[in-house]
Amino acid sequence: MQRHIDQELAELRSQILRMGALVESQIEGSIKALVDRDVDLASRIIERDTLVNTMDVDIDENCMRLLALQAPAARDLRFVTTAMKISTELERMSDIAENISERVIELNEEPQLKPYIDIPRMANWTMTMVHECLDAFVRSDAALARKVCADDDFVDNLTHQLFRELLSFMIENPATITRAIRLTFIGKSLERIADHATNIAELVIYMVEGKIIRHTIPPVLSDNES
Amino acid sequence: MWLDMFLKSDIDKSINPNVVRRRILRSRLRDRLFALGGLVVMAAACLVLLALLLQLAYDGMGRVSWQFVISYPSRFASQAGILSAWIGTILVMFLTALTAIPLGMGAAVYLEEYAPKNWMTDLIEINIANLAGVPSIVYGLMALGLLVYEFHLGQSFLTAGLTLAMLILPMVIIATREALRAVPPQIREAAYAVGATKWQTVRDHVVPYSMGGILTGMILALSRAVGETAPLITVGALSFIAFLPHSPLTLEFPFLSFQWLFDPFTVMPIQMFNWISRPQDEFHINAAAAGVILLLMTLAMNALAITVRARFRKRIHW
Amino acid sequence: MTIHVDVMPAIKAESKALSFYYGGTVQALKSISLALPDRRATALIGPSGCGKTTYLRCLNRMHDLYPGNRYAGAVFLYPDGLNIVDQTIDPIEIRMRIGMVFQKPNPFPTTIYDNVAYGLRIRGSIPRSELDGIVEQSLKDAALWPEVKDRLRELAFNLSGGQQQRLCIARALATGPEMLLFDEPTSALDPTATARIEELVTDLKQRVTIVIVTHNMQQAARVSDYTAFMYEGELVECDRTEKIFTNPSNKLTEEYVTGRFG
Repeated sequence: MQRHIDQELAELRSQILRMGALVESQIEGSIKALVDRDVDLASRIIERDTLVNTMDVDIDENCMRLLALQAPAARDLRFVTTAMKISTELERMSDIAENISERVIELNEEPQLKPYIDIPRMANWTMTMVHECLDAFVRSDAALARKVCADDDFVDNLTHQLFRELLSFMIENPATITRAIRLTFIGKSLERIADHATNIAELVIYMVEGKIIRHTIPPVLSDNES
Repeated sequence: MWLDMFLKSDIDKSINPNVVRRRILRSRLRDRLFALGGLVVMAAACLVLLALLLQLAYDGMGRVSWQFVISYPSRFASQAGILSAWIGTILVMFLTALTAIPLGMGAAVYLEEYAPKNWMTDLIEINIANLAGVPSIVYGLMALGLLVYEFHLGQSFLTAGLTLAMLILPMVIIATREALRAVPPQIREAAYAVGATKWQTVRDHVVPYSMGGILTGMILALSRAVGETAPLITVGALSFIAFLPHSPLTLEFPFLSFQWLFDPFTVMPIQMFNWISRPQDEFHINAAAAGVILLLMTLAMNALAITVRARFRKRIHW
Repeated sequence: MTIHVDVMPAIKAESKALSFYYGGTVQALKSISLALPDRRATALIGPSGCGKTTYLRCLNRMHDLYPGNRYAGAVFLYPDGLNIVDQTIDPIEIRMRIGMVFQKPNPFPTTIYDNVAYGLRIRGSIPRSELDGIVEQSLKDAALWPEVKDRLRELAFNLSGGQQQRLCIARALATGPEMLLFDEPTSALDPTATARIEELVTDLKQRVTIVIVTHNMQQAARVSDYTAFMYEGELVECDRTEKIFTNPSNKLTEEYVTGRFG
């Protein structure tokens, strides 16, 4: 039986997707601004963050309204509460992209330290994770969500690698410290974005299966089949 | 597209204000005609009743006096009175009530609450309804054969009381059953849910709450019995009794006497019938006067029924 | 880290493969096996005609009042293990241990005092002072005492709908039942009265086992510890209420709870 609430839930889903698409482009834009040394792009990314915040507030209000008026239960309830949390995670991702853009503007005051290899790789991996976690949300695909959780390790490893490399730069040549630290920060930011993507994936698993797996150790994940 | 316009025009007609107004006027007219018709019919009935009453009163009012009430019947119209007749009516009513009420209530309670709902119960119910319509003289004949000849009860108060009791028993049963049925099943369920047995439910709830209806039915049945003449004639009411039955109360132990049950009896309608059959006009006047008294007695009983019902209705509303 | 230990409480009553036939032929309940935990509230939910009221009325043998009905299976009442639907057991005995509150408030058309005292009076003669005490306590337990303490001799019909229903609850409580059955107790009441009755049920369930049939899922969610979902005479699922409303195991249950049918 098709009901009014189904329309509203569908609308909520599209809202999340639109926000997700915007956040993806924010992340992509901030890295592009880094690689291309494009200050204008970075400024635009910073401005667009307010748009993301507005979307976050809208989604929150929508969810509150649904909870108050429709009193959804079971699957619908899990969907609405998950949507609220995903919106928060996405908003934080956009904040991080904004921070990256700020660092990019600062970096452009000095010449490029080294060719950027690891950071773009990390960025690609992270953006894939973000894209996949939102995909998992759209398709209610718990298996895909679990894959995203597992992929987080890769990003963590890349972060450590980047840090070691930049550390050696800093030890060799103290003049590079400012730029190296800023780049480290950008690497860390990407790692945090990946963590948020993992959070979204865990929320999707809860929504689909009704099991809360947040804050559990990864080995439990692979053991759990049903 | 033309279909669209066709449909729309129909709709337009029905919401056209003038058409609607005309319809309303027509309905109002029909309303008024019906009300008028009802009024005419009611007025006619009332007029007939009023005519009867006035005729009776006109003929008989003059004769009604204290002397009339406390005199025995006599061959002389001016000395005749209705003492034995109205005392007889009261005593017979007393016996009728004493017999019919417990039997009638008991039968109704059994049929309504206890009897299984099968073909036999249905048969009994149908027969009771039929019995209510049997002509009263048939009851008289039956009573004559059974009570007077078989049981040798004689042409006495006892026979009269039992005869009328049998006559009104179906009415009492039916009225009681209707009153019992009016008690909603929720009340019974509430009683059962608290752990009451069937008897406790009936005794504490069903019967008390239907008392209004039961009493109304009983009083109406009795007021019907007051006017029954045919069966009493058949079982041998005398029309000339210049004496009263033995007193039911005595001065010595055990202070109660049943002798009066077997005394010959008469009642008001019979006395009236006797007087009206005589050729003399004075006796006809006597009959009219007795009729006035009888009417007053009936009205009093009905008033009692209405008061009782009102008092019980105040407390209970479903 | 908090660990949820889901200990199953003691069982007060349990139906084992209970079936019920109206008029001996029309099957309304199909082999229902359901455990009712002691001193908890169990809600029965389901679409119209699913058999929840039929099941409830089996528990205190109300079906016996109408001829022709037939029970199959058993319903055990603990701690003594009495089979409620055994035909050799007197239903009066059952009804003295299991009370019922009906959908439409049905107080007797007598005084408030007599309403509450009736259940006690038919059990034998109790001295007046003791009776007064029990009546007062029952009315207090039903959250009605403050409103009626000065007018116990007034007719029950003078009370409002919500008050009448609380009076019916007091009447059921007066006899000290082990289990209370509620058949949609608030469906005829306004929201304020409904809220008061729900509060009452939430308080009462700590002392008396409660089984409540309700059409209102939110009510079941608010008031009960366990919820049983029935459909077309069968028990589909029974579990802790929070599980039924956040993540039910059965798809049919989920469809009902999210309002997608019925």
